[in-house]
Amino acid sequence: MYTEKVMDHFTNPRNVGEIENASGVGTVGNAKCGDIMRIYLDIDDSGVIKDVKFKTFGCGAAVATSSMATELVKGKTVNEALQVTNKAVMEALDGLPPVKVHCSLLAEEAIHAALWDYAEKKGIKIEGLEKPKSDIHEGEESEEY
Amino acid sequence: MDRKIYLDNAATTKTRPEVVEAMLPYFTELYGNPSSVYEFATQNKKAVDEARGIIARALGADISEIYFTGSGTEADNWALKAVADAYASKGNHIITSKIEHHAILHTCEYLEKHGVEVSYIDVDENGILKLDQLEKAIRPTTVLISVMFANNEIGTLQPIKEIGEIAKKHNILFHTDAVQAFGQLPIDVNELGIDMLSASAHKLNGPKGIGFLYIRKGVKIRSFVHGGAQERQRRAGTENVPGIVGFGKAVELALATMQERAEKEIKLRNLLMKRILEEIPFVRVNGDKVRRLPNNANFSFQFIEGESLLIMLDMNNICASSGSACTSGSLDPSHVLLAIGLPHEIAHGSLRLTVSDEITEEEIHYTVDKIKEIVEKLRKMSPLYEDFMKKR
Ligand SMILES: Cc1ncc(COP(=O)(O)O)c(C=O)c1O
Repeated sequence: MYTEKVMDHFTNPRNVGEIENASGVGTVGNAKCGDIMRIYLDIDDSGVIKDVKFKTFGCGAAVATSSMATELVKGKTVNEALQVTNKAVMEALDGLPPVKVHCSLLAEEAIHAALWDYAEKKGIKIEGLEKPKSDIHEGEESEEY
Repeated sequence: MDRKIYLDNAATTKTRPEVVEAMLPYFTELYGNPSSVYEFATQNKKAVDEARGIIARALGADISEIYFTGSGTEADNWALKAVADAYASKGNHIITSKIEHHAILHTCEYLEKHGVEVSYIDVDENGILKLDQLEKAIRPTTVLISVMFANNEIGTLQPIKEIGEIAKKHNILFHTDAVQAFGQLPIDVNELGIDMLSASAHKLNGPKGIGFLYIRKGVKIRSFVHGGAQERQRRAGTENVPGIVGFGKAVELALATMQERAEKEIKLRNLLMKRILEEIPFVRVNGDKVRRLPNNANFSFQFIEGESLLIMLDMNNICASSGSACTSGSLDPSHVLLAIGLPHEIAHGSLRLTVSDEITEEEIHYTVDKIKEIVEKLRKMSPLYEDFMKKR
């Protein structure tokens, strides 16, 4: 079902984790499919993404796209990161099954959400960045059984 | 472990070697068409009737009440569509449950587009049908109640006898999809008041692509496939002789080993449940603890998603299934898990393990060890788990 690249990024995901006092954090979720993605960015004064981490609740494709997206934005400037589209993520993974394309959209949105958070914290405006739609508030999803 | 550990016996089962052996001659030497008149072919007619007899006896039915079909799905389709058609002058209302297999639910959706009204009855948190709601849903125009014997995801057994009594009291036909139950539990159609019953061979160590519909004598029914005189003209087409013979053999073996198999499966299943509940936090068992199929275990692991879990189990040679959206081909998690009241994200984290009598305790232990590892790994990756731990 999945390409070798997807399986690789799913089983050995890159950049899993959290960044304390991150420059920007974005959490997006697709309630329908039950995928939730969170991206942490550490951005230096010159606007370069020094470090990036993610956490994802979701299927194999969701984990793999998060992992690949973090790889693609690491070391890039904010403006370059903005150019990382879901198509680029998919291509880097050698494709996704059609039903999983929305997972790659989510990765793009998560990066945008983290960049938006960064811009808000810094009080700046990033050209071409729109407020992400599906931001989820922390903790809202947890319910104990 | 090099060996594959197959824990998806609700999806399908291994065809037993004795079954394959019984089938083989009907591919090679005994290939005649049962409808032909010569002696060579009449042997095949006899073989088909013998299998029909085994199945009829297994249900306490008459041999003339068993109609072979190409699958359990076909039997379900037939039962619903034929009753809706044959009883249209009495009424156009069917009652079913919210947790039926898609073979029933999608047929109901189709019928709804053609003027049939369908009531979908709720189940409780363990997946047991709400009988009071069922009785209240009955109308003068109700022609059929169709409720599954056992659920394929959570294994819950329905109060079939009580449903049969309600149907009889109101003079309504009662169909049950017994695909998961037939061959696993004793079923007597007279004792339980069942008018129609669907089953499928591949769930009880028989071959794939062969099922049957039991239709009680006196039930008006329409032909489902038109053509020759096979299956009393109601389901035309040259019989799948090897499949039918294999089905008969599988039923014979299933009946002979039922008790012993159930005991073994319950023991393995309980070991699996006990270890998982004791050793993994934030997990729940879905389905009824007592009224459930012997081989079924169904869990929801909080904060993780089922498909990821399945892929990682697969990499460890363990075959299982999940009710997560990503495994259903749609975007919604299983309708069964939602019907028992699970929130979406808990339903997404479900895992179904269905054992067989060929599984060993060692394999169960290995599986639990792997599940523990994988759940931990996926939780470390989960933003839901992170939030939950921070809030504590
Ligand atoms: C409850 C139930 N009904 C119907 C079916 C369909 O049976 P078949 O695979 O023979 O079409 C299944 C099997 O998936 C089932 O579990």
